[in-house]
Amino acid sequence: MIKFVNVNKRYPETGDVLRNISFHLRRGEMAFLTGHSGAGKSTMLRLIATMERASRGQVLLDGQDLGQVKENQLPFIRRKMGFIYQDYKLLKDRTVFDNVALPLVIAGFGHHEITRRVRAALDKVSLTGKEKKYPLALSGGEQQRVGIARAVVNKPPIIVADEPTGNLDPCLSSEIMCLFGQFQQVGVTVLIATHDISLISQLNRRVLKLDHGQLVSG
Amino acid sequence: MKQGNKNRIKKDPPMRPNRPEIRQTKLAGGDFVDKLCAYRDHNAQVLFASLGRLVGSPFTSMMTIAVLAIAITLASGFYIFVKNVQQLAGNLETSNQISLFLKDEMTEAQAHKLAESIRQNSSIQSVAVITKEQALEEFKTYSGFGSAINALKKNPLPIVLLVLPKHMLDDKQALTKLEQGFQQTQGVDFVQMDLQWVERLQAIIALAKLFAALLNTLLGAAVLFIIGNTIRLELHNRHDEVVIAKLVGATHAFIRRPFLYTGFWIGFISGVLAWFVVAILMLVLRAPVEKLSGLYDEGFHLLFLNVTETLVMILLASGLGVLGAWGVVAGQLQSTKLE
Repeated sequence: MIKFVNVNKRYPETGDVLRNISFHLRRGEMAFLTGHSGAGKSTMLRLIATMERASRGQVLLDGQDLGQVKENQLPFIRRKMGFIYQDYKLLKDRTVFDNVALPLVIAGFGHHEITRRVRAALDKVSLTGKEKKYPLALSGGEQQRVGIARAVVNKPPIIVADEPTGNLDPCLSSEIMCLFGQFQQVGVTVLIATHDISLISQLNRRVLKLDHGQLVSG
Repeated sequence: MKQGNKNRIKKDPPMRPNRPEIRQTKLAGGDFVDKLCAYRDHNAQVLFASLGRLVGSPFTSMMTIAVLAIAITLASGFYIFVKNVQQLAGNLETSNQISLFLKDEMTEAQAHKLAESIRQNSSIQSVAVITKEQALEEFKTYSGFGSAINALKKNPLPIVLLVLPKHMLDDKQALTKLEQGFQQTQGVDFVQMDLQWVERLQAIIALAKLFAALLNTLLGAAVLFIIGNTIRLELHNRHDEVVIAKLVGATHAFIRRPFLYTGFWIGFISGVLAWFVVAILMLVLRAPVEKLSGLYDEGFHLLFLNVTETLVMILLASGLGVLGAWGVVAGQLQSTKLE
């Protein structure tokens, strides 16, 4: 589902951030991406999210070479992925409902379908009844779960999370990890960037470890 | 909670075959009609949301709209001015009359004789004689200098022959020849062709029209830039929203839409406001103009914008709004970095 073939990423300011990365994450697989800060985790996620393009090598998503995709086709690639961000990236002036509904509105779903799916997604992350609240009225954990609901509401085949438990207490963290496990069970490919070692050891999944831009395990 | 969720998620895949229309494709979200309805609903929602945002920050919006309304009022003002002056010239347009001012020593009998001889000319349609007394009467009535004339001891006006040539309007050379002929006629002091005046007036009006067109182009550009700048600020304020929408797969068209509607509303409201300002200005000007017109021959009435012109004005303002927004958003979206 996600395949890197000899990927290099070079920034003019900092030089090579990723060096010769190759791995293949199969459909329905769940993996952790880890490494010290500055090892290139975020850059790797940015490549997957099509926010950047590789300097060399290929990033394939569902068999499609992201380097060959035209600019105007990128939105449709992004719709295949649910992204979860460390800083949630929620719209502060929109309600929880509107935030979660955004991917569906963008994809052009009708009103009833949107309502049905948003309810289902909020239910999945146990936020039923908070539809009308604004993000700032919620706790960090709740905001993170709004972000997760938004990522999964469109039923994407891939979910990518960047430090999803960064601001959460251990109890909440394991709950959220559990949620990811559930998504994997229904065939979603899940990639989670984190440096929470205890969490990784708890779940016993494949671990992609980056060190100074190189993949040292996985 | 987890147990319940697990069950729900596990139930999900079997649901999919029952809802084949919901697929992860480029056109996801139901069949074509559903899609169209969703598109319409979304547009309506964005249209009113944009208006809501403008109303939500009334001070900023009103400042922009006021500046735009003034610019549009100026443009309409120039237009109305030219239109009215044109109306003035329109009354004269068909005149190809030639006025022969006779020498002071010519008597009325001589004048009539001269008129008769001119009538013999095959290219002349008619000749009318205006005596000194008639001329004075006319001058008193129309010039507004009645009492000044009364102060004169002697009637200073000459006898005038009004000569109307046959279909000469399009044949300038023949007309000029005729004029030269009259100029050399015994007893004629001065030949005045009305056509010349009409031509001069038309040239002046053409110049005024061109000037107004140039100014209006500049004002149009100003409107475009003001709206563009407003939208640029709006885009800056909503930067996070743009980035997030982009990250969850919004096309440029989707992101552009609310800003285009904002541009539309700003243009539209400014256009309507400008119409009211013009209407008020016209009401203020109307009485003095009618009074002035009354002092002449009352052939002039102040013209306002008709329904078509009003619609064109508002549509043009709205169009400029959309265009200004488009330019700025298109440019900025290309350079928006995702972070």
